[in-house]
Amino acid sequence: MDVRDVMRVLDAELICGEDSLDTEVHEACGSDMMSDVLAYVKDQAVLLTGLVNIQTVRTADMMDMVCIVFVRGKKPDEDMIALAKRRGMVLLRTDHRMFTACGLLWENGLRGGKSV
Amino acid sequence: MSGLKWTFEVDGNDFTRAGEASSSLKKKLRALGVSPDIIRRVSIALYEGEINMVIHANGGTIDVEMTPERIDMVLKDTGKGIPDIEQAMQAGWSTAADEVRSLGFGAGMGLPNMKKNTDEMRIESTVGVGTTVYMTIYLS
Repeated sequence: MDVRDVMRVLDAELICGEDSLDTEVHEACGSDMMSDVLAYVKDQAVLLTGLVNIQTVRTADMMDMVCIVFVRGKKPDEDMIALAKRRGMVLLRTDHRMFTACGLLWENGLRGGKSV
Repeated sequence: MSGLKWTFEVDGNDFTRAGEASSSLKKKLRALGVSPDIIRRVSIALYEGEINMVIHANGGTIDVEMTPERIDMVLKDTGKGIPDIEQAMQAGWSTAADEVRSLGFGAGMGLPNMKKNTDEMRIESTVGVGTTVYMTIYLS
């Protein structure tokens, strides 16, 4: 699927990154703990999180991720949006909770990668 | 042989700026044509170290040197120091405050993850004086 599919499946609002919606993504991870993202993520291109601070965007950037989905209706602030724009990253926002959002994406073909 | 050198100051009073040095180095390495796998390992190791410097040690200085063979990173702070380095290296061990955990860090994964992403890592620390972390990633 591509990022546009992620947006559709999650009934998500696009915050920024319109130019990258056609990017293909195959794996995702869901976490509010950036320590875990840094330690365990390998090729997951999508991060689902309820954590809203600038380090969420920085962490995703370090891991070369292309899209962050904020769950539970969380809103990133202007600094986060500005940094994501500079990095060419897509930010999405959905009202679904984490478990439901992950389940919907799994059901539509997105996977989580190998076990640790 | 002397290589390319960069120095970054890490502001310990501003959590929002943590990661700027790693991000800046990542851009430089990309412009130099370093392989994506190496860039990613450098970025993760340095970012973890930078976060540690901000949440545990009120910032410090990062010196990076790159030669055709290797990238050396030295992270130096004058924070409270690590009393037991072996214990600090254990996955899950953390002295981070709850406030840090609420920001998404402090799971006790930083130092083990820095070791995992580097070829060599050494920590020198004196309680009350500070900590210096030496990390090396080979380019071939």
